[in-house]
Amino acid sequence: MGDLLNGFADALTPGNLLWAFVGVTIGTAVGVLPGIGPALTVALLLPVTFRLEPAAALIMFAGIYYGGMYGGSTTSILLNTPGESASVATALEGNKMARAGRGAAALATAALGSFVAGTIGTIALSAAAPFVADIAVNFGPPEYVALMAVAFVTVSALLGPSLLKGGASLVIGATIGLVGIDTQTGQARLAFGLPSLFDGIDVVIVVVALFALGETFAHLVAGTGDSRVEPLRGAPMLSREDFRRSWPAWLRGTALGFPIGSLPAGGADVPTFLSYSLEKRLSKHRSQFGHGAIEGVAGPEAANNAAAAGVLVPLLTIGLPTSATAAVILTAFQSYGLQPGPQLFSESGELVWALIASLYIGNVLLLVLNLPLVRAWARLLTIPAYGIYAGVLVFACLGAFAAGGTIADLIVLTVLGLLGLLMRSAGVPVAPAVVGLILAPLAEQQLRRSLALSEGDWSTLVSSPLTVVLWIVVLLALLSPLLRRLIQTRKATSLKH
Amino acid sequence: MAWRPAGPGPYVAAALATIALVATTVFGGDDNAGFLNGRQLRLMAPAAPGGGWDQTSREMQAALRTEAGRTEVYNVAGAGGTIGLSQFVRHEGDPTQLMVMGLVMIGAIESNDSPVGLDRTKPLARLTTDYEVIVVPADSPVKSMTDLAGRMKSNLGAVSWAGGSAGGIEQILAGLVAEAVGADPAGVNYVAHSGGGEALSTLLSGRATAGVSGVSELEGQIKAGTIRAIAVSSPQRLPALPDVPTLKEQQVDVELANWRGVVAPPGIDADDERQLEDLLVRMTRTPAWQETLQRRGWIDATLTGPQFEQYIADERRTVTDVLKKMGLT
Repeated sequence: MGDLLNGFADALTPGNLLWAFVGVTIGTAVGVLPGIGPALTVALLLPVTFRLEPAAALIMFAGIYYGGMYGGSTTSILLNTPGESASVATALEGNKMARAGRGAAALATAALGSFVAGTIGTIALSAAAPFVADIAVNFGPPEYVALMAVAFVTVSALLGPSLLKGGASLVIGATIGLVGIDTQTGQARLAFGLPSLFDGIDVVIVVVALFALGETFAHLVAGTGDSRVEPLRGAPMLSREDFRRSWPAWLRGTALGFPIGSLPAGGADVPTFLSYSLEKRLSKHRSQFGHGAIEGVAGPEAANNAAAAGVLVPLLTIGLPTSATAAVILTAFQSYGLQPGPQLFSESGELVWALIASLYIGNVLLLVLNLPLVRAWARLLTIPAYGIYAGVLVFACLGAFAAGGTIADLIVLTVLGLLGLLMRSAGVPVAPAVVGLILAPLAEQQLRRSLALSEGDWSTLVSSPLTVVLWIVVLLALLSPLLRRLIQTRKATSLKH
Repeated sequence: MAWRPAGPGPYVAAALATIALVATTVFGGDDNAGFLNGRQLRLMAPAAPGGGWDQTSREMQAALRTEAGRTEVYNVAGAGGTIGLSQFVRHEGDPTQLMVMGLVMIGAIESNDSPVGLDRTKPLARLTTDYEVIVVPADSPVKSMTDLAGRMKSNLGAVSWAGGSAGGIEQILAGLVAEAVGADPAGVNYVAHSGGGEALSTLLSGRATAGVSGVSELEGQIKAGTIRAIAVSSPQRLPALPDVPTLKEQQVDVELANWRGVVAPPGIDADDERQLEDLLVRMTRTPAWQETLQRRGWIDATLTGPQFEQYIADERRTVTDVLKKMGLT
């Protein structure tokens, strides 16, 4: 605790506060732009910060990191244009809310949820990092396979009203995920001999294409470019009812986000999908899902930010970067002569605690910065669609080009955008495609590694207590709709008697 | 509550962002030594962050600061660097683009049957040599290389190796060890990962029998006691790990060096090539680089010009031969 207070003392100097503020501002700005994420921003700023004090630079990066996580939700909600895969789940309900004139409420619950989750996540990070890391290293390939199975069976909530169309979308995404050189054998798959496809297709490009470009093309085809939506209808920013429905979702999202984010191969996107599904299952307002249910924004947004804190656990304790941004922060550490790993806390404790303290401060600053902006953002919707989507198109292309740096990326972007349009016209939801894209390659890699390690013995998949627990969760998730129906029919019959 | 103007919030934010951007431009742009018309060097690490090529790039970035100003490092991960290579050769004729590479890439080109080879790049300099270390989880019953060799002889498939990408130096080492202990190199149970960090997390979970990675990548973990080193692939014991015996000391006649170097894109003119080679040699003499070698436990192996090109050709022959024996090509 004393260490943390010293950290605060280091981080709370006026100069460092300024850098924290610059960080969250830049972070929010780049989070809002599709395709330009916090990783790229930190990487671009890295050479500049060689001139800064290490503490100031790390504090700014922490601000960019959390700010980017937060900013990503804004475009998801307002424009149905997630800038990164972890904001996809937020777009599902958030954009529906925005179109129903409840954009401000959606943005507010996202901002507050991010704050709550970020703060709890940071507390968990400072209190339990070494402990969580001990559990996280027990996650080997079989455990990941079981975790992926949990994710697959629970994402049914994301599939939308038609199981067939949702499933088709999932398969489309999984197929896109297969493109590129297979890491186990080094063989190219679905690359059609095109070297530009050997490295696979960047998730960011797929997300931006399917969502942003698909949406833009759809407006173009339908000739609805002049359309605009009522940005605010009646109700205040966040009503008492909204708050009552949001806070349990924030906590549940945090509970999913932090531990999964802490896993060496967890990441921030899987928990957002899980959170969305969980909220849909638990909600008393299930019928609102798909039409703008506030829980569906609050949960995934909290999960996203809690995972952002969780990602720092393996980074600081084992030196494993598990997201692109974490990898860049790792580099920043190393350029100051710090070696993240088991000895980081004992060798460079002061700086680490200053970083953790600045995460708390960054969170507060983000809330201060963003809550007043919520209504201004919501006003953005009064711009006619053609204005908004022209901007989206520019930033989508810029983002895709920044991620890959070649014309081929732009061609892939356009082709996938047309695919998005096709899916939209056929009434096929695009979110499951992103789920398939992320989960399928992970599940495949880990399954093949498990079987290689066990020499083809399938029982390896249930060889540890952790895997057994996870598979039981899978069974429960599969059986619970059946059980519920059984109980309901029993009740119905017993009432008749 | 009705709509009211948002107040100064967005303007303040915009102003601050502008200040930050201006500040970054002003503070960042003045230290370029006039090299290559003041353009910034971009250095590709063709692997995931955390691995040996990534570390080499980042250390070069630091050491090049006094020689060439800011250098941008970016990662293109996967398939032993051939994915990065296939992207890199597109920068034809651009002397501001450099790529870190090494033995691993030669192996990957062969085993992946990559359509793009190193002959499409302009080799500049070999910089360092690193050696491989074979590790087991801290609580493993395997205590020495002799133990591991015994297990490989009795049941080769039951000994699983976690390491870097398919056809990379770790898989080559596993094959060489198998051959040296009298087992079939083609039967080695090798589980590929996209980088040392990922392989480490599989090893830490206790599922793999052994892990192979660069000494510099695992040194921190070995010293922290989370994993135990049983052998190094160097001719003599390494200063970084003085207690760890070599493979040869343990009657496994294998020696393997993981050298790393830098290449430029194809089609750069001879003058640029010479300037870049000079720059790299100057870099290896900086105190920052010398300190890096010390800290990382890398061995200085500077070699430039035609000698380096010849060296690459020789290594290519050796590696192809080894991979054929293992049935990887």
